[in-house]
Amino acid sequence: MLAFLIKRFANAIFVMLSVSFIAFMIFRFVGDPVELMLNEQATQEQRDDLRTRLGLDQSFIAQFGTFVGNAAKGDFGISFRNQQDVLAMIAERFPATFELVIVATIISLVVGIPMGVITAIRRQTWYAEAMQFTSIIGVSLPSFVVGIGLILIFSVWLGWFPAFGRGDTVQIGWWSTGLLTHTGRMSIVLPALSLSLFQITLVMRLVRAEMLEVLRSDFIKFARARGIPARAIHFRHALRNCLMPVVTMTAMQIGGLIAFALVTETVFQWPGMGLLFIQAVTFVDVPIMAAYLCIVALIFVLLNTIVDITYAVIDPRLRGAEK
Amino acid sequence: MMMQAVSPPDPTPDAAALGAEAVLEVSNLTVEFPTRRGVLTAIDNVSMQIAPGEILGVVGESGAGKSITGLAVLGLLEAPGRIAGGEIHVAGRRIDMLSEDELTKVRGREMGAIFQDPLTALNPLFTIGVQLVETIRLHSGLSKEAARDRALTLLREVGIPAPRERLSQYPHQFSGGMRQRVVIALALAAEPALIIADEPTTALDVSIQAQITALLRRLCKDHRTGVMLVTHDMGVIAETADRVAVMYSGRMVETGRVKDVIHDAQHPYTKGLMAAIPSLHERVETLTQIDGAMPRLNARPEGCAFNPRCPMAGPRCRRENPVLAPAGRNQAACFLHDGGTE
Repeated sequence: MLAFLIKRFANAIFVMLSVSFIAFMIFRFVGDPVELMLNEQATQEQRDDLRTRLGLDQSFIAQFGTFVGNAAKGDFGISFRNQQDVLAMIAERFPATFELVIVATIISLVVGIPMGVITAIRRQTWYAEAMQFTSIIGVSLPSFVVGIGLILIFSVWLGWFPAFGRGDTVQIGWWSTGLLTHTGRMSIVLPALSLSLFQITLVMRLVRAEMLEVLRSDFIKFARARGIPARAIHFRHALRNCLMPVVTMTAMQIGGLIAFALVTETVFQWPGMGLLFIQAVTFVDVPIMAAYLCIVALIFVLLNTIVDITYAVIDPRLRGAEK
Repeated sequence: MMMQAVSPPDPTPDAAALGAEAVLEVSNLTVEFPTRRGVLTAIDNVSMQIAPGEILGVVGESGAGKSITGLAVLGLLEAPGRIAGGEIHVAGRRIDMLSEDELTKVRGREMGAIFQDPLTALNPLFTIGVQLVETIRLHSGLSKEAARDRALTLLREVGIPAPRERLSQYPHQFSGGMRQRVVIALALAAEPALIIADEPTTALDVSIQAQITALLRRLCKDHRTGVMLVTHDMGVIAETADRVAVMYSGRMVETGRVKDVIHDAQHPYTKGLMAAIPSLHERVETLTQIDGAMPRLNARPEGCAFNPRCPMAGPRCRRENPVLAPAGRNQAACFLHDGGTE
């Protein structure tokens, strides 16, 4: 297990280096940061001074080294737009996005897995067919349409949930959570639902396909021949054998959701990282974009590692050379 | 009664067994598969019975219906397959009419199963201890500890060394032969009256095959469990079974004691089958074979299904379907023994 972890860790470092290299390239090729930061009347002296201060007079390799060193310490520089520390800005926005994504993921698993099992074991019934049909709608509707639809129905017509914002938040250390207040919980329902709709259908279809595959296998036939009741066969023997791809996909989707929750965040004016990123793009705020890239990559790498460890927990065959 | 009709005329070696109630009695079983192009009859009017402690070998080519017979008894026919006629009694109870829920209670308790591939028969995500305890508790209501003790006893009985350590291991940590022993232990967990063993040795090395068949035979005799041993391997039948039923195209063509069928086959198909087994003592240049192939289920000829390949076929064989009748010391479905082929 230790060797496994070390290997995973080395992999992760390599991936992070590659990503930071790309992030660094954005700095280099998006335009001269000196031109972006100073106004047009700045003298050549001022330019040279800033260039030296930013280390831009050094060689490419040396600059990359400094960038990686700083990034490793969590220093991504300051925002071009409002001169604030980039990491602090992202840290302030990160909890909102993270809570949204986690709630959406939980909804998609809690709803999607049972639906997948039901559509697999009750294939011929009308409600399984109905779920299958509805899931096509879920896959094909763009998320902004879903978001706007939800706002229309539940906020405008029914008035059950707020249409935008995050509600009241509670500060725990640097983490601000909306899950501990009533308005916070009410506010997260619609955006989380809108974000999870696509996931639900994805999880459902994946579980269904895997279940159909596993239910055909010999060990299920043998379990039936031993007199194991249908419920235990479906939910104990079969479902657990389906979980591997579900874990993979869910983890990868968490990364994807964090990176691309920006549509939902824009629709619901959710103060998360996605909204921050959209603003950064509008103002060519390169440090924020680069930091965002690195952090999203870090999240992907962490999730990947967690997935590999979860595999070993679910499937004994992957527990390496244990005797 | 069916028992008289199918039993060999002289007493089997297990004379006491015949007096007891049969653990399996199948009468006039017909299994159909409705398809878009019509109904296929996979099993056509097959009857057999197995006494306690008796091993009945069911032999035939691929597609002869031997595995389907086993699955039909277990109630595990895959849709759209269905039992279209006949009766199945296990340990004196009729089971072909039971609902799926009721069948679940019979499976494992009254009848166990052993399938072909031990590598895929065990759930890879649970230790064999968990799978054994689950099965034992399901049928006995024992406490966890008692079920664990019973699991240990079972593993010891099927010849697994160091069973205590083995309980906490996963299927992938066992060799193929050891896994098949675990499968046998699972099938025996509730001391069923009948075990359906579908090609239990086919996926194993030849050296392991002999061990497994010997184990199966010993356990069957010790526990007085009836075994339906489905295989295409005459060698396994010769070593293990007491009686044999030869199947061809969904019908039973000959049945009798193993040594009578092997040495004195009565049906032309069985004769061909026996002649096709190469002898260790004679040198042959070409292997004997039966010309042609078994007909597909949708192209079964009129009359006896074997008539297109049969060297002795007469006009009656193309008109009428023969039924089992006394032939030598066996029973054979052939007009040669039942009024002639004209």
